[in-house]
Amino acid sequence: MSNKILPLVLGAAMGVAASTAAGATTLEDVKAKGFIQCGVSQGLPGFSNPDAQGNWTGLDVDLCRAMAAAVFGDASAVKFTPLSAKERFTALQSGEVDVLSRNTTWTMSRDTQLGLNFAGVNYYDGQGFMVRKDLGVTSALELSGASVCTNTGTTTELNVADYFRANNMPYEIVAFEKADEVVAAYDAGRCDVYTTDASGLYAQRLKLTNPGDHMVLPEIISKEPLGPVVRQGDDEWFNVAKWTLNAMINAEELGVTSANVDEMKSSDNPSIKRMLGVEGAFGEGIGLSNDWAYNVIKNVGNYEESFNANVGPDTPLGISRGVNALWSDGGFLYAPPIR
Amino acid sequence: MSVMEQDSAGAPARASLMNDPKVRGYFYQMLLVVLLLTFGYIIVTNTIANLERQNIASGWGFLENTAGFGIIQSLVPYTETSSYGQAIFVGFLNTVLVAVVGIFCATIIGFVVGIARLSNNWVISRLAYCYVELIRNVPLLLQIFFWYFAVLRAVPGKREKWSLFDTFHLNIAGLRGPKPIWEPGAEFIGYALIIAIVATVAVSRWARKRQENTGQQFPVFWTAVGLIIGLPLITYLATGMPIQLEHPNFVETGPRLRQGFELGVGFNLIPEFLALTAALAIYTAAFIAEIVRAGIQAVSHGQTEAAHALGIRQGPTLRLVIIPQAMRVIIPPLTSQYLNLTKNSSLAVAIAFPDLVSVGGTVLNQTGQAIEIIGIWMAVYLSLSLLTSAFMNWYNQRMALVER
Repeated sequence: MSNKILPLVLGAAMGVAASTAAGATTLEDVKAKGFIQCGVSQGLPGFSNPDAQGNWTGLDVDLCRAMAAAVFGDASAVKFTPLSAKERFTALQSGEVDVLSRNTTWTMSRDTQLGLNFAGVNYYDGQGFMVRKDLGVTSALELSGASVCTNTGTTTELNVADYFRANNMPYEIVAFEKADEVVAAYDAGRCDVYTTDASGLYAQRLKLTNPGDHMVLPEIISKEPLGPVVRQGDDEWFNVAKWTLNAMINAEELGVTSANVDEMKSSDNPSIKRMLGVEGAFGEGIGLSNDWAYNVIKNVGNYEESFNANVGPDTPLGISRGVNALWSDGGFLYAPPIR
Repeated sequence: MSVMEQDSAGAPARASLMNDPKVRGYFYQMLLVVLLLTFGYIIVTNTIANLERQNIASGWGFLENTAGFGIIQSLVPYTETSSYGQAIFVGFLNTVLVAVVGIFCATIIGFVVGIARLSNNWVISRLAYCYVELIRNVPLLLQIFFWYFAVLRAVPGKREKWSLFDTFHLNIAGLRGPKPIWEPGAEFIGYALIIAIVATVAVSRWARKRQENTGQQFPVFWTAVGLIIGLPLITYLATGMPIQLEHPNFVETGPRLRQGFELGVGFNLIPEFLALTAALAIYTAAFIAEIVRAGIQAVSHGQTEAAHALGIRQGPTLRLVIIPQAMRVIIPPLTSQYLNLTKNSSLAVAIAFPDLVSVGGTVLNQTGQAIEIIGIWMAVYLSLSLLTSAFMNWYNQRMALVER
C-alpha cells in the first residue's frame, strides 16, 4: 500500500540505502550483514507462500535460498519481505531488498527504464482466465461483456485490456491491490472471470470455497517469463543471481541432485567436476567460494527437485513441466554451461 | 556561532549588537532559511544523481503516454487508449466524488446521532452511544472490508436482483437505476434551477430584513422548496419533457454469461463505491457525533431556559439558540474530520475502487515514476485539504460570535 511506498521512495531519494550510500557492492553488503533480503509475493502457493509457522516455501523462495547457499553455504541465511505487485520495484530500487524473486514478468520497459536487471527465467508462464464451470463458457473469446477481477499494477491488467480490445469485446475490470482480495471478490461472485498468470490461477484456485466448480480456459493470451530481478549497475551481484539459477538448471541436466551431489563430486564427467568446484575456479569469477554450486545443490537441490516439491504434479497445484521442461526434453529451459 | 563572532570581530558595538534581540532574531531567521534551502538543494540534487546512477527514467513526459489499462468507474470519458494523465485525472475525480458524498452523508448521520445521544429517551441515547463506541473503535480498513465483502456475499448474484418499485435494482454488480438522457432543450432546466437558487437566496435575505424591521415572519423554507422543485418542473413540462430515462436492461435469456444487467445501460453505482462511501461516512459520523454532542453540551443550559422563558418553543430554541452557539465549538474539529475522511478515502485501493491512490499506483507500477506519482499524490491531497480548511475557516468566521 502507498504508506509503505512513501518511506521507500524517500529512502531512495535521499540515498540512505546502505548499498548506495556506502558505495559498497550488494555482495559485500550481503556478506557484511550475513543474510540476503529477498522480496517475495504476499502469498502465492507453490511460488512463495508462508506456512503457519511463517516459513516461506515455493519455487521463488527456493531461488533466494539457493543464492544464500551460494554466498554463505547456508540456505537459511535469507530474510523475506512480502511485497505487493505495486511495491516490488520501488523496494528493490531503494535497496530495501537485495533480490526480487516474486513471479515478476520480464518486460522490456522494466528491464530498461526502471534501473533493473532480470537474471533469467525460472518459470515460463502465460496469462490465462478462470471462470465458473456453470457459466458454460469454453473459450475466452466468449467472454464479451464479462466483469474481470485482477491485480492492480501488473502486466496482467494491460494484457487483459489489450485482449478484450483486440477482440472488440466490452468488459469491466475490477482491480485489487492484493491477490487474496481478488480471490475473495471472485469467490463471492463479484466477477465472472479471474485473470492472472496461469500458474497463479492454479495456485489461487486452491483458496476458493469449491475449487472444483472453477475451470481455467484454454487460451493463454500473453508471454510471461517470470524470473528473479536485481538492481542494474551491480554486475557482481547480477552474476550471483544469474549463475545460481543457471547452476540449478545445469544440475538437473547433469543429473546432479541434493541426494547424490556428494558422490557426484568424484564423477568423471568434466562438466560436473567444473560445476561442483572440483576442477577450475569458477566461484572466484563471481566473488564466491569454489563450492558455491555444490552448496546450492546440496542445500536446495536442482531445478527439477524444486519444481516437483513446490508446483509439480504431486503437489496440490499439480502443474506439469510443459514448456518448463529442459531443452533436451522439449522445453525452454536452457542454461549456459559452466566452463 | 563561530560565523557570528567572525562577522562582528573588531566592531566597537559588538556587545550591544550581539545582545540586540532584533538583530539576533533576524540572524536566526536568516540562518534557518539558509539551512532549509541548503537541505532542499541537497535533497533535490542527491535525488537526481541517485536516479541517474540507477538508470531510472524521470520527468513528466510519461503523463502523455497511453495508459493501456481499464478503469471500472470514470466520471469523464476514459478508454484504454487515454493517457496516463487522463487516468490520474479520473482517479482524482473519483476521490473527490467519494469525499463529497462521504462528507455529506457523514455530516447528516453525525448530527442525527450526536443529537440522539443527548435525547431524554433512554433507548435512543443508548443506541447512539453504542453506535459511537462500536464504530470508532474498529479500524477503518476492517470496516471497509466488512461493508464490501460481507455485503457482497449477502446480496443476490449477477443473474438475480432485488428490485425497489421496479426502478432501482441491487445485486452484486451494484445498485442500478434509470439514467437521465439529456435531449436538446434540457439545458433550460439547468438554467431554471440556477434561477431558482438565486431567487431563494434573494427571498431569504428579503425575509430576514423584513423580520428585522417589522417582526413579521415569512415561510422561507416552503418558498424555497416551491422554487427549487417547481421552477425546473415547469420548465421541464414547458420545453416538452426533454429528459428521457434509460432503464437498466436485465437480460434473462441467452448464454448464462450474458444474463443479468447489460453493461453500460442505465445508471450504476458500483459496489466498491457504495462500500467505500458507506464505510467512510459511518466511521467519520461516529466522530462527528461526539463533536456535535460536545458542541451542544458546551452551550450553557441557561440559554435554553432563557429561550423558554421568552416563550420560544423547543424546536426553534434548538434551531435558533442552541445550534448556532454550538456551531462555533463544532466547526474547527469538524474540519479535521472532513480532512480525515478525504485522506482516508485512499484506502479505496483495498477494495478495487479506482481512486487517486489506486489509479496512481497502477501508473506508478507501469511507468516506475515513483517520485513523480508520489509528488502528484501529495500535491492533490494537500490542495484538497487546504481547500476544505479554507472553506471551513471562512464558514467558521461567519458563524463566529458577533458582538453587538
